[in-house]
Amino acid sequence: MSINQSGWKPAIGDTQAPAAATYTGNRALMLEEALIFEIGDTRTTGVDFSPSPLQGRGPGRGEVGASAGDENAPLPTLSPEGERANRLGGLERTASFGLPGLSEPETVRHYTRLSRQNYAIDLGLFPLGSCTMKHNPRLNEKVARMPGFADLHPLQTMDTVQGALGVIHELAHWLKTLTGMPAVAMSPKAGAHGELCGLLAIRSALEARGDARSVILVPESAHGTNPATAAFCGYGVENIPATAEGRVDLAALTARLGPDVAAVMITNPNTCGLFERDMKAISDVVHAAGALVYCDGANFNAIVGRVRPGDLGIDAMHINLHKTFSTPHGGGGPGSGPVVFSAALAPFAPLPFVEKTDAGYVLVEEETAGEHHAQNFGRMTAFHGQMGMFTRALAYIMSHGADGLRQVAEDAVLNANYILRSLDGVLDAPFGASGPCMHEALFADDGLAEGFSTLDIAKGLIDEGYHPMTVYFPLVVHGAMLVEPTETESKAALDQFIGALRSVAERAKAGDAALKSAPHFAPRRRLDETLAARKPVLVWKEPVVAEAAE
Amino acid sequence: MRYLPLTNEDRAAMLARIGASSIDDLFVDVPEAARLSGPIAGLPNHASEMAVERHMAKLARQNLSAGEAPFFLGAGAYKHHVPASVDHLIQRGEFLTAYTPYQPEIAQGTLQMLFEFQTQVARLYGCDVANASMYDGSTACWEAIVMARRVTKRGKALLSSGLHPHYVSVAETMAKFTGDALQTALPTLSAETDAEALLEAIDRDTSCVVVQYPDILGRIADLSAIAARAHEHGALLIAVVTEPVALGALKAPGDMGADIVVGEGQSIGVGLQFGGPYVGLFACQERFVRQMPGRLCGETVDAEGKRGFVLTLSTREQHIRREKATSNICTNSGLCALAFSIHMTLLGERGLRDLAMLNHGLAVQAAETLAAVPGVELVNDSFFNEFTLKLSKEARPVVRDLAERGILAGVSLGRLYPGADALAHGLIVAVTETTTSEDIAALAAGLKEALA
Ligand SMILES: Cc1ncc(COP(=O)(O)O)c(C=O)c1O
Repeated sequence: MSINQSGWKPAIGDTQAPAAATYTGNRALMLEEALIFEIGDTRTTGVDFSPSPLQGRGPGRGEVGASAGDENAPLPTLSPEGERANRLGGLERTASFGLPGLSEPETVRHYTRLSRQNYAIDLGLFPLGSCTMKHNPRLNEKVARMPGFADLHPLQTMDTVQGALGVIHELAHWLKTLTGMPAVAMSPKAGAHGELCGLLAIRSALEARGDARSVILVPESAHGTNPATAAFCGYGVENIPATAEGRVDLAALTARLGPDVAAVMITNPNTCGLFERDMKAISDVVHAAGALVYCDGANFNAIVGRVRPGDLGIDAMHINLHKTFSTPHGGGGPGSGPVVFSAALAPFAPLPFVEKTDAGYVLVEEETAGEHHAQNFGRMTAFHGQMGMFTRALAYIMSHGADGLRQVAEDAVLNANYILRSLDGVLDAPFGASGPCMHEALFADDGLAEGFSTLDIAKGLIDEGYHPMTVYFPLVVHGAMLVEPTETESKAALDQFIGALRSVAERAKAGDAALKSAPHFAPRRRLDETLAARKPVLVWKEPVVAEAAE
Repeated sequence: MRYLPLTNEDRAAMLARIGASSIDDLFVDVPEAARLSGPIAGLPNHASEMAVERHMAKLARQNLSAGEAPFFLGAGAYKHHVPASVDHLIQRGEFLTAYTPYQPEIAQGTLQMLFEFQTQVARLYGCDVANASMYDGSTACWEAIVMARRVTKRGKALLSSGLHPHYVSVAETMAKFTGDALQTALPTLSAETDAEALLEAIDRDTSCVVVQYPDILGRIADLSAIAARAHEHGALLIAVVTEPVALGALKAPGDMGADIVVGEGQSIGVGLQFGGPYVGLFACQERFVRQMPGRLCGETVDAEGKRGFVLTLSTREQHIRREKATSNICTNSGLCALAFSIHMTLLGERGLRDLAMLNHGLAVQAAETLAAVPGVELVNDSFFNEFTLKLSKEARPVVRDLAERGILAGVSLGRLYPGADALAHGLIVAVTETTTSEDIAALAAGLKEALA
């Protein structure tokens, strides 16, 4: 018997022939995925339960648990009558509410397929300026999941959670040490929540001295959360002008200060990627005018271990643990935004906080605060903050240690300057002449071909396999592109990114039409955001089935 | 250092390209006086993965975790079994290490998930729309109160005495600064909720009535009458749900007329985590969409006409509207929303109903068993998986006493309402699918001894 070799090693064929559309819409590993509402149904479940003790107690239909595994059984409901009646107060839900379920294999597949439509740090350089998209060490994931942290209820008696309180205390200690500030509030849930915490403490301090004041000064280059927070606290918001080199205009600021100004909010390093050289002088004039200094510490990564903001005279600063201390960004959160305070603001810090006593750690809450923290401004959130982020951040700090943290700042700054200088003459760097940048490099859209914009460069980078940089922020630069490589990139990775950005920028300058319709290779082409906003479809609805047309 | 890929040769080559002679040259804008010369005081140098793990494990061991003891705590955070696949899926790097989907072409995974999440939350709550998450239930509750002010242009909010005291505290903190007037009261240890009192209190100055469902003591009251009265007076009803599993058994607040429904999503997918991160759920009826806080994901099409998803209506948000934004929130609870959504997909309506019935059935069994203990009285007529006991002794020392015997007995009202003598004998007990008959028997025996 001889082997039939026909079809075994077929010729490659015509490689120039265009690809046909596929039946599925999939393109090999680029997999489309329907919505759970289109693939699941309300009778399917991927979780098995043992029967409820009420099973069989009520008459008739829908005995609890009896339906498990039987997809034809009616949806379980409890009967209000019966031997052991339910205690739901007559408010039991009867009608179906349309939550589809999937079996476990279908669920795993659904989310795995979805995940593959995302870009992520794990896939490549993610230079989203102001967001500090650094590597997320997996040790920290492991640590956060230790049952001794992950499986604790926030209201357990303090004797049973000494280790957890110890984590909060230890992390608080390092945050105070790293910033050179005497106090810290750990409960804020993200940067913006931290800003709120800082401004509420400032307002409390001013009110305590009978001088509430009404205005907060914010640079135009500030992140949107700064003015939004100030307004939320009931303040008017006014702009601080910038100098031509991209820093706060000290003279203009000084001129504006007066008895109505409650505080200034300064981001340092600022969102143009520059260190505010005059920070100490700014703090001094602000204090002299009776106001306080809020520092947005979102960019702390550039200076951690090298500069203590406390030495610059600030009164409050939030630290995004999800940036500098690498807790994962999770597709939009959760974050954590502890706020360090100066001695002037410390008495007004919110509840709760952890204190170390001879008898161990105690959580100071409403009950005990009266004794020695009577001026606290209250509580910002239920419970005690983002414990799951604290464990990760503490593991991060310990892993790096004093030498490692300093190296973090140095490498972050080195990488950003390397990108800045490697693109000399390719992209316009509006503050390039202001000296070295800190951890991020800012470019503008000057010199692009007619009709080409920053957006096109961003979309072109997507085809090159990168997440674009932050675009159109800060607002002070036309068509801003804010590139933050972070310290966790190798030189080879930076060189490739620089090459890609140079190539895309050159196409934009040359007016390459293909760039205007980029991305070409992503799971989706450019999406119609105008349509989305004009006719918002925010939830899935069953399609209206057209009547058969006979 | 294992997380830093640059070598010293790399650094030297890069400095040369930059034209700097040393790293210090890059920090020239930091004034001399502000430069930290030595190492960070007291912080050792970098440590191995093993050393760090050892240190953290030691701290972890100094806690009594929920799984190690008969466990009955609730009051806004609940112990539920989370299927193993949830934690596996949320650790996919493409979810874990992505960020807010600003570039929709390469974030369809997160965006589609958010669209599904929004739909799940809206359906669970009986509302038209939901957002892409808030920090937690307590901040979602406050944001709802602020939203009601924007909608009604009024500043008086009536907070039910059955609202979680931490949620009340958060609202009080914020109201001090925004000038909203909050009307609050302490709950009473009785089967009746304060629904009647709230009905009486609604007037033409009221922006909203905030009612927790089931309430902090576990009691369940129909919201329809409050909704009707609120609407007659041009006010909104905000319903707060701290235990989403309850809505597998109970009518949805939106279906009873609530205009805004907010709550904590922790029970589904997230885990206890000593209080955070959790996930705030926020839903409302369609007509209020443009006043909502937070991110919203919407459906659209791409340049080839394919369905896709984007963040939308962002003219409400801080990055566009700055001081005129509806909220200052930026980073939200994305990954917890994903965990919620995956767990909810695994459950589906059938699973959620089964889960709810199992919770309720065990709670009924526990309530009956515990009420039979001498010195224990069941306060509730109605409850879902959480109820309040009135003990013959002050509850707080009893809870401490039982903790010493390895039983995590519940949340004493003394912890939640320190100084409120009338509540001092109250103990909130939560029972979930993780509770066993042995656990219930252990608590009954423990209480019997402690109260003897
Ligand atoms: C400069 C700056 N300030 C504040 C924030 C707000 O922080 P969060 O998103 O954690 O609320 C961010 C980031 O998003 C930021 O980049």
